[in-house]
Amino acid sequence: MTASVSAQTISTPTVDIDALRAQFPTLHQEVHGHPLVYLDNAATTQKPRAVIDAISHYYEHDNANVHRGVHSLSERATQRMENVRNTVQRFINAPAPEQIIFTRGTTDSINLIAHGFARAFLKPGDEVLITGMEHHANIVPWQQACELSGATLLHAAILDNGELDLDDFQRKLSSRTRIAAFTHVSNALGTINPIEKLIGWARAVGAAVLIDGAQAIAHAPVDVQKLDCDFYVFSGHKLYGPTGTGVLYGKREWLDKLPVYQTGGDMIREVRLEGSTFAGIPHKFEAGTPHIAGIIGLGAAIDFLHAQPWAALIEHEQQLLAHATKLARNIPGLQIIGEAAHKACVLSFTLENVHPHDIGTFLDFEGVAVRAGHHCAMPVMHRFDVPATARASFAIYNTFDEVEKFINAVESVRKTFA
Amino acid sequence: MNPDLRGLYQEMILDHGRRPRHFGAPAQFTHKLDAFNPLCGDRLTLYATIENGEVKNAQFDGKGCAISVASASMMCEEVEGKSCDHAEQLFHRFHQLVTGKQEAGDIGRLEVLAGVKDFPARVKCATLAWHTLEHMLKGDREAVSTE
Ligand SMILES: Cc1ncc(COP(=O)(O)O)c(C=O)c1O
Repeated sequence: MTASVSAQTISTPTVDIDALRAQFPTLHQEVHGHPLVYLDNAATTQKPRAVIDAISHYYEHDNANVHRGVHSLSERATQRMENVRNTVQRFINAPAPEQIIFTRGTTDSINLIAHGFARAFLKPGDEVLITGMEHHANIVPWQQACELSGATLLHAAILDNGELDLDDFQRKLSSRTRIAAFTHVSNALGTINPIEKLIGWARAVGAAVLIDGAQAIAHAPVDVQKLDCDFYVFSGHKLYGPTGTGVLYGKREWLDKLPVYQTGGDMIREVRLEGSTFAGIPHKFEAGTPHIAGIIGLGAAIDFLHAQPWAALIEHEQQLLAHATKLARNIPGLQIIGEAAHKACVLSFTLENVHPHDIGTFLDFEGVAVRAGHHCAMPVMHRFDVPATARASFAIYNTFDEVEKFINAVESVRKTFA
Repeated sequence: MNPDLRGLYQEMILDHGRRPRHFGAPAQFTHKLDAFNPLCGDRLTLYATIENGEVKNAQFDGKGCAISVASASMMCEEVEGKSCDHAEQLFHRFHQLVTGKQEAGDIGRLEVLAGVKDFPARVKCATLAWHTLEHMLKGDREAVSTE
């Protein structure tokens, strides 16, 4: 086989991946008689023991509703949850904790913003600019917002190598653009967009900017003040945290004027039967009892990541991608979809005469978990004229040995179908 | 190959997947129906000539995984020359076979697709062409989705 480079020669000496793996219980199991090789991290990451323990600890010791009680448990639960707001604030360098809104995830965050724009800031003649590489979560809410408001949805094209067509992006920006909403990293192609540039251009025409950080947040430090974007959103579950948690960061002036989304308890100042007034930020966007345990788990995930040599791990991830890409190129009939110069650790590919679903099922029998399908990015599939791709996506705990097992398994699928 | 996996990818399936029979749009047909599996984005078009209660010809076109292509290929072979009633019965038996809900009864060589029942995520692949046929027989011309 082609996987000849030994792990020793390329492994990152500064990080102890075995010790790191020991902290992730799910990684230590067999699937169809093989040790699990989990390469579906772009879909969701596994959770470290610290996150699982933080959630159990909350339910075993502190469980109470937040912002509603004077009793000790409620105060403790409130404090623990609000501490996470500070943790997230520091993590993305937001100016203040109240600019961190807890949501159910990226999808929920984008819907909140799109709904607010449709209600208050979009009108016929206005434009919303997205890109051709968005996840459905950053397409459909804008289609809805435009339908409701009469605004027009535009998208910037993708080049053949999977990079954004920057000229097209600039061409489609104008004084009519109310908001430009685009992904930091493409989940289907791995492309890391030059968001600093894109943000600058969008701001120059007076458009608001929303960054979908779902695929970026676990793979590079984010500084929202330096980026100078108006909104940055992400999901907890792609950051080693629990599902059902997400974050919406917004600039204060936007959060203040953006209309409320879900309404009900917790988000009000005063309710009279004739009408209500709403709480200030962040609470005006957090109606109902939140996912308290999940938010505490998200805080634990960020603390966990901070305790690791993250810079070295990011480098490790890049080396995994480089190694996988190099080996994949040697497989006859394998085509990599997405060859941008700057990529996060996503390897999307097709194999001649083998459908991605068949690849996925075969790999599962070798213990290798990859995603096969359209990755909730059907327009990307149309753009590259494929019904679907197979996708391996790496995280901090993956190893070179796993990359080689994956490549060997792909090679054996190819032979079976040849 | 792992024996369980071999149960899914029998030689006949791999063969039909590689070299589908009854493949491509025919010059003439009386019925045409598009199908779509939103789970994986696979598309398939079924063409048939149905006259006097008989499926005189059946062909398909499209892209899909080995399971869906083999299933479509074998289906076209099986139903051609059969009465619509017979084709309808085959659909029901095939559906039972791959969902493992009941004994499917004798279903001939379609039996090779029985392994699908152990792969819940793949049942829709095997049934896409059959659902399309069923809709066609019912005279339903709208595009079929397996969702
Ligand atoms: C780029 C991107 N945006 C948005 C989402 C949606 O995230 P969630 O399903 O957690 O709301 C995903 C998740 O797959 C994604 O990869």
